[in-house]
Amino acid sequence: MTDAVLDIRDLHVALPAWSDRRHAVKGVSLTVNPREILCIVGESGSGKSMMGKAIMGLLPAPHVHADRGQILFEGRDLLTLGTEAMRAIRGGRIAMIFQEPMTALNPLMPVGRQIDEVLEVHTDLDAPARTARVRALIEDVHLPDPDRMMRSYPHQLSGGQRQRIVIAMALALEPALIIADEPTTALDVTTQAQILHLIKELQRKHGTSVLFITHDFGVVAEIADRVAVMRQGEVLEEGRADDVLVRPEHPYTQALVAAVPGLNPRNRAAETAPPLLEIRDLVRTYRLGGGLFSRNLREVKAVQSVSLSIPKGSSLALVGESGSGKTTMAKCVIGLERPDSGDILLDGQPMTGIGRAQMRAFRRDVQMVFQDPFASLNPRQKVGEIIAMGLVIWGTPRAQALEEARELLRLVGLQPEAADRYPHEFSGGQRQRIGIARALAVKPKLVVADEPVSALDVSVQKQVLELLDDLRRQFGLSMLFITHDLRVAATVCEEIAILQRGVIVEQGSTADIFANPQHGYTQSLLDAVPGRDWISSLPAA
Amino acid sequence: MKNASIGGYILRRLLQTIPVILGVVIVNFLLLQLAPGDLATVIAGEAGGATPEYIAELRARFGQDQPLFVQLLNYMGNLLTFDLGYSFRQSAPVLDLLLDRLWPTLLLMGTTLMVSLSLGILLGLLAAFWVKTWKDHLISVTAVLLYATPLFWVGLMLVLVFAVKLDWFPTSGMENVVAFHEGWDRVWDIAHHLVLPTVTLSVFYLALYARLMRASMLEQRGLDYVTTARAKGLKDAQITRRHVFRNALLPVVTMAGVQTGSLLGGSVVVEAVFAWPGLGQLAYQSLFARDYNLLLGIFFLSAILVVVVNLLVDIIYVILDPRIRLR
Amino acid sequence: MKSFNARFYGNPRVYLGLVWLALVLIAALFAGVLAPRDPFAIVGQPFLPPGSEGFLLGTDSLGRDVLAGLIHGARTTLMIAVLSTVAAIAFGTVLGALAGYYGGIVDDILMRLTEFFQTIPWFLFAIVLVAILSPSAMNLVIAIAVVSWPPIARVVRAEVMAVKAREFVQAAVVAGQRDMGILFGQILPNTLSPLIVTGSLMVATAILIESALSFLGLGSPGQMSWGFQIGAGRSFLRDAWWLVTVPGIVILLTVLAINLIGEGLNDALNPRLADL
Repeated sequence: MTDAVLDIRDLHVALPAWSDRRHAVKGVSLTVNPREILCIVGESGSGKSMMGKAIMGLLPAPHVHADRGQILFEGRDLLTLGTEAMRAIRGGRIAMIFQEPMTALNPLMPVGRQIDEVLEVHTDLDAPARTARVRALIEDVHLPDPDRMMRSYPHQLSGGQRQRIVIAMALALEPALIIADEPTTALDVTTQAQILHLIKELQRKHGTSVLFITHDFGVVAEIADRVAVMRQGEVLEEGRADDVLVRPEHPYTQALVAAVPGLNPRNRAAETAPPLLEIRDLVRTYRLGGGLFSRNLREVKAVQSVSLSIPKGSSLALVGESGSGKTTMAKCVIGLERPDSGDILLDGQPMTGIGRAQMRAFRRDVQMVFQDPFASLNPRQKVGEIIAMGLVIWGTPRAQALEEARELLRLVGLQPEAADRYPHEFSGGQRQRIGIARALAVKPKLVVADEPVSALDVSVQKQVLELLDDLRRQFGLSMLFITHDLRVAATVCEEIAILQRGVIVEQGSTADIFANPQHGYTQSLLDAVPGRDWISSLPAA
Repeated sequence: MKNASIGGYILRRLLQTIPVILGVVIVNFLLLQLAPGDLATVIAGEAGGATPEYIAELRARFGQDQPLFVQLLNYMGNLLTFDLGYSFRQSAPVLDLLLDRLWPTLLLMGTTLMVSLSLGILLGLLAAFWVKTWKDHLISVTAVLLYATPLFWVGLMLVLVFAVKLDWFPTSGMENVVAFHEGWDRVWDIAHHLVLPTVTLSVFYLALYARLMRASMLEQRGLDYVTTARAKGLKDAQITRRHVFRNALLPVVTMAGVQTGSLLGGSVVVEAVFAWPGLGQLAYQSLFARDYNLLLGIFFLSAILVVVVNLLVDIIYVILDPRIRLR
Repeated sequence: MKSFNARFYGNPRVYLGLVWLALVLIAALFAGVLAPRDPFAIVGQPFLPPGSEGFLLGTDSLGRDVLAGLIHGARTTLMIAVLSTVAAIAFGTVLGALAGYYGGIVDDILMRLTEFFQTIPWFLFAIVLVAILSPSAMNLVIAIAVVSWPPIARVVRAEVMAVKAREFVQAAVVAGQRDMGILFGQILPNTLSPLIVTGSLMVATAILIESALSFLGLGSPGQMSWGFQIGAGRSFLRDAWWLVTVPGIVILLTVLAINLIGEGLNDALNPRLADL
């Protein structure tokens, strides 16, 4: 045990008196060995992020603090170390990579200078030597044109580039340990794959140990040597990644692994129904910066000539990364935005090129399930009213509409009494069920679901996806499912369309696309699915 | 690239001021139409009784018999060539009167801006540094009190204490006219007169900036990039100086720009209290003389002054914040 | 998490503010009962210092009762401040809501207008307005409202834009609710807390503007007000300090009270800031 880089013994992190729990971390003991990547996996509220902060001495004092246990690093207990000694370790011997590359850098300082600061506070190097080192670090993380990059400000870089800068900063002094707190969660799938690859490459090259915090078992499979599974502040299971991923012992781990959306494509429905939704040559362009008094117009082609169709009773997933135009597509179909050109037909009736009043008639037939379970319910309306609103607008008497709302709540697995409560009394998964009930209330023909599970924990994700799938069959609905996640797309949709920068690059049955991707981008998306090999090896659900 | 884009930005901002100035001109014109009695009746009144024919002739001479729209165009033409009309009460062109009074007001505004910004930022910093200690509470409570005090009353209280009772400072005016000071003596004399008006006008803004700076510092300290800086092993003082301070300054700079108009309004009151011979006092005098032409001239010049100061503030902001410069 | 009431009334500063504001309100509502005589009436010797027999706060240069003036002044000042704030809120809310909800060109035009009114030296503008419209209670209300609405419009616009971007508003559109129903039923109820805070702080600003205008001699003629009392007393600063000091303290305390209540409301309505 003495050769461990980090040795956490019986760590407790106390929460302030007003919170709902006493401890965020309860008696955790873990070790990180030299040259290994230890993944801490857990859902929200598991205390995994608190672990990282506790090691770095970055807990939000004085309310949250470690009140028991030891964190031994290179033979010293970090919890009892003085401010100055701790400061020398931070950035020098232990470095950290954060989740949000957009906000982790000072917006007013060139990024080169921000890397340079680490060298400045921890070494005696002179300015030219430091500049050379910063340059080498930027090259190390494979950023183009290091000289220009050093002078750039954070807002000039993409999310992936910023995360590379943060990694360069963490590597600056070749620390013994790097703590990475969900470093790829905010990134697109393909960028995530690159960053994971980079972390692994640099970790091998420099022989660093990494404590990697994540919620995603796919990422674990991709990167971990060892895994620790946490729930409610406790470690439930710990072991070699190969063992835990393939033969999970604790029931909770088993449930989590089972909840990981598999890459088993579902088969196309046998009979081909006539199309319910048809989209022909849809174009939507945004004009930015063009106000009444300014002229510097910039055009962004969000959607360029997209065509697709969804048969009755079938579901299609529109898969794309950020900026692909998938949300714009959803808004056009739902009538929240008008396309510049092209046709959208529902049941053969054109939804485009018509007046507001005619558009309103379509509102009943197309409903939406939204992404953010916290923003999609009006905090000042009762759940019953929220669900009944559509019915009341379309002429159902209020009392009857509220009665139907109760029935719908039962249908989505909630108590009918929930109708009399306000949204803030529900969890994220429950809110998403309410959102589904709302969408079903007016008995639509088509449901557009915009990333309906991306804000939820994996285990909840699975339940909501299953509910959506059940109800879709039960009501004979068609669904347009918008997602960034191929794994999710594969579990709920018979067909997939891959969208890249406003253009559909590939479209077809899920099974075909998974078995034999035609387009290079589809291939790279498939390759980027974290833990792909492991997921494919899982037994089909 | 940096300089070129700043130049472009300034040019764009300059273009944006045109509608504002046009707006002021139109508002001025409308107010002039609302004012009781037109120019002709005023002159006729000055002349002491006049026949209706004479008034009609005057109206024709000033173009007041023409349609409103033509009058507006004439008025615009006049203002844009800095012909602000004639003050019959003061028997002088309005522009001459204004230029005469401009410098005292600029002096008062300049010193106030410096005092309130530097002290306000300093106090805000200290309060944030000592957050939730008795020193922070003392600064905050003082700021809340100053924030609620009417300007003119502060001035009168300062006069009562420091001029009447203690006799440290003069009660009014900008200089001791009968002493005929020259050179540095005169500068010293003016500075001596400047103290109480500056303090009076500063207290409100000082309180405002101190509160804003404190809030801004505390907000910035909770952001992710500060955690990054801590994780890098920087000392707290380094984090504050290099990272937090500049970010926290931005809202204060914005606020200083927004408050320019209000600062000029405040100077009217302060100049009225201290008989400071600036635009504000001239406005105060023209109020009672019902000299609307002069009053509107002051309003026009003040608006231009605000536009210019806003422009300067925006340029400072752009230098501080690369995100705007490079957008 | 404590309730709104606990956070609001449990705050000692709010408590102090409410007590003083209640006193001022009682004075304003029952001015005729508390000080039945005309506040302009000459009722005693001039320049009686505070504490003189029958005149708790003394008399002014003409022998008018300072306390009676303050009580009647409370009525004038509060009435003008509240009316102008209500007018400013009504106008600013409509403008801000339209700009925020419709966006695009409507937003552009309305916001340029708002910026214009914020850029011009607004106090000077108020002076010019009152001078040209001639001083009266009505014109004071108009002038103060005209220079006060821009911050309201900005707050409402920003809030409407923020709330509009939230998905429950899109859900209402998808459900088929009409524009006005969405604006009034879904969006505006969610913008109330910042509006309440800004509005309450604005009453304080309106009091300051009203007293400054009255001080400059632009007050409503025939109605006693605090600013007028200070303006009338300033020539006698040397000999009768209380004529300026006492009404000034009353203005200070009232403005302070309203600010404390406004900030208390802010802390109570946005608890996440208070907990940090």
